[in-house]
Amino acid sequence: MSDGERIEVGTDQDVVRVRQLVRTVAVSVKLSLVDQTKLVTAASELARNTLVYGGGGTVEVARVDNGRRRGIQIVFADQGPGIADLELALTDGYTTGGGLGLGLSGARRLVDEFLIDTSIGRGTTVTVTKWCR
Amino acid sequence: MERVPILKLGEILLVSIQIDMEDQVALQLQEDLAERIVATRCHGVLIDISALDIVDSFVGRTLATIASISRVLDAETVVVGMRPAVAITLVELGLSLPGIRTALNVELGMELLARDASFDFEDAASMAVDEAVDEP
Repeated sequence: MSDGERIEVGTDQDVVRVRQLVRTVAVSVKLSLVDQTKLVTAASELARNTLVYGGGGTVEVARVDNGRRRGIQIVFADQGPGIADLELALTDGYTTGGGLGLGLSGARRLVDEFLIDTSIGRGTTVTVTKWCR
Repeated sequence: MERVPILKLGEILLVSIQIDMEDQVALQLQEDLAERIVATRCHGVLIDISALDIVDSFVGRTLATIASISRVLDAETVVVGMRPAVAITLVELGLSLPGIRTALNVELGMELLARDASFDFEDAASMAVDEAVDEP
């Protein structure tokens, strides 16, 4: 990971800033237009989760290179209540927040790699990666 | 907070979303539109999203809610101008926007509204871009 940029997420406006930063980095590593759109959409869902369910947190966006391909990695971290039933939370249509229940499950479909680390009372960290084709 | 303008074009309310909306801005648009539909007695709402480079689940849900509210207030909503990459992403996200009528651009959206409504389309059409009315 290199030259990461970090945004504190505490308001709606910060979610917009996350979208804009991810878009800029996605263009700079030359993701295709469809992949840019998928990644920015996933980032929007996950940053909103950080805000709404995590009570705010941080988002870090970095360029990555695995020797064969370039890509972007984004880490969404909060110190919120954590997710009690991860499998349920990743089910389409399940929500505790009055949304559509597509944020977490949908975001997972839009990226290449999706890691989630959560513990009750300690918070949740979601790491996603999208690689150039 | 920014606000999305709502224009009255003949019997149609035209909304062209040109900014990356905060969630609150989307909710405000929902309220503003409901009020304008009642105040203007318009029967058609056209929402142009051609400037949006993403539609996430929040904006998708807001569009669906706007369409439902409009219907209850006797107005039809057509969402126009969705970019291909946005359509691909929305469907993969799991949102196929059932209940929302769509058209590829503003002209086609106006035709759609005109076709199934009995309101006088002349005023709106004459104000629209020339190609819309110049067709033989």
